[in-house]
Amino acid sequence: MTEEIVDKPLPSPSGFAEPFWEAGAEGRLLLIRCKSCNESRVPSSEVCPNCLSVDFEWYEASGLGVIYTYGVMHRLYHPAFEQDLPYNLVVVELQEGPHLPGNIIGIENDALRVGMPVQVVWQKYSDISIPRFQATT
Amino acid sequence: MSHPLRGAAAITGLGITEMGRIYGKSSTDFAVDAVRYALDDSGLKKSEVDGLLINAGITGSQGGGVSLSLQNALGLRNLKLLNHMNAAGSTAAQMVQYATLAINAGMASNVVCVFADAPLREGTSTGQAYGSAGRTSIRPTGVNGLFSTAGYFGANTGYALAARRHMSLYGTTQDQLGAVAVAERAWAVNNTRAQMREPITLDDYHNSRWIIEPLHLLDCCLVSNGAVAVVVSGAEQAKDMQQPPVYIWGMGQGHPGDPRSAGSSPETETGAKIAAETVFSMAGVGPSEIDICELYDCYTYTVIVTLEDYGFCKKGEGGAFVEDGKLGPGGELPTNTGGGQLSSFYMWGMTPMSEAVIQARGQGGIRQVPKNDLVLCTGNGGVLNYHASLVLSPHRN
Ligand SMILES: [Zn+2]
Repeated sequence: MTEEIVDKPLPSPSGFAEPFWEAGAEGRLLLIRCKSCNESRVPSSEVCPNCLSVDFEWYEASGLGVIYTYGVMHRLYHPAFEQDLPYNLVVVELQEGPHLPGNIIGIENDALRVGMPVQVVWQKYSDISIPRFQATT
Repeated sequence: MSHPLRGAAAITGLGITEMGRIYGKSSTDFAVDAVRYALDDSGLKKSEVDGLLINAGITGSQGGGVSLSLQNALGLRNLKLLNHMNAAGSTAAQMVQYATLAINAGMASNVVCVFADAPLREGTSTGQAYGSAGRTSIRPTGVNGLFSTAGYFGANTGYALAARRHMSLYGTTQDQLGAVAVAERAWAVNNTRAQMREPITLDDYHNSRWIIEPLHLLDCCLVSNGAVAVVVSGAEQAKDMQQPPVYIWGMGQGHPGDPRSAGSSPETETGAKIAAETVFSMAGVGPSEIDICELYDCYTYTVIVTLEDYGFCKKGEGGAFVEDGKLGPGGELPTNTGGGQLSSFYMWGMTPMSEAVIQARGQGGIRQVPKNDLVLCTGNGGVLNYHASLVLSPHRN
């Protein structure tokens, strides 16, 4: 009997955020800057939630930030996470302002702290690269 | 001069069904029962009801939730007000608010507000009933999909992240979260309707399994099948009705929005702060005059941050505020006196609402708080995204 391999839920690399995923595959983090109000955002929507303008440009961000908050999950809600339990999940406040969710890799969960400096690292899946984080030294 | 709508309407009926792992009934069946009980309690004839506001729980979005057809299940004819509302856990207080406004606008006289849910099925866990968020085969576009990629599932995750932020900013401790769970359980011991009535200690709290750090199992609310209904009537009519009226002194809402960006902190400064200003201003009172709190307590942390945002203590001091047991029986600020959502039953905003009515009427039996002149009742939804509240009193003015 072969075990069913269940994939983690992944975003689609198509749609308006395509430049974000394409840059990610090259290890670069792109953010959106609103051309009307100058606010930065992660590509969550095509309309600027600050001023409702649709006029925006992509720019390359530092990839640096700090842990805004974190948790350590012990309960299984999705079969693809069975091997990972207990796993950390974080919200990172990027140097440019926007918050980005993810996981911190290469660290014991007990060592996580709010305010800890981190940098984006990209992990490749079948058709998309996913931003994760590691502590900067 | 007092606010023209202060004391202008009252809660005149309350109906609570059996709660918990009750099977074989749909959300609609529960809703019908709750409304029957509420009408019996109020003494109103069905024909005197001319408004119906409905809130379906999680089954409202997952399937099988109570719908507008409840009107026909109840055989209600010629209603002047009808709606199916959802602002998550803030809906119950909102329904009573809109009922109060409609009655005072002359649009209706007796409005039934009902919440019903039946997410528990035989043989499935409590977590499964609420944890299915993120299990979709459609791949989202944009970065919003990254939450489930990271393993972010359900409200437990959001509240754990919010609680951790508060703990880091203000030094709130695990013991302080636990103090809320222990105090509420002590109240539930004296509530025959409560699902969890065994007393617990802080050790029991620490020994309960992790769900998602920093939340233990005993930081998290129950899940229940059941329904609660209340009747809202005008103050003039209320004074001659069967039950002691519970007058609505204050109404407020607050929905802060979340830009998910630097400079905003909806995890630690919630909509309660916005609602507090409105609800206290209408009631003409402040937090120091509140005798009893019935606060939405989906998680222990929600109670701590809500107390701060209503000004019972300063921002960041909520943990220290609750640590001495002042929320429990005999404490200085009796809070969630039926055991709350943590220990009695989980009917979204109707959990605090039903206990607020019981306490304001003086019908709490051995758990009745002697001084019950002003009761604060709150509702919270999303991950601290939506908030509504009432100040209630047995006195018309
Ligand atoms: Zn803009």
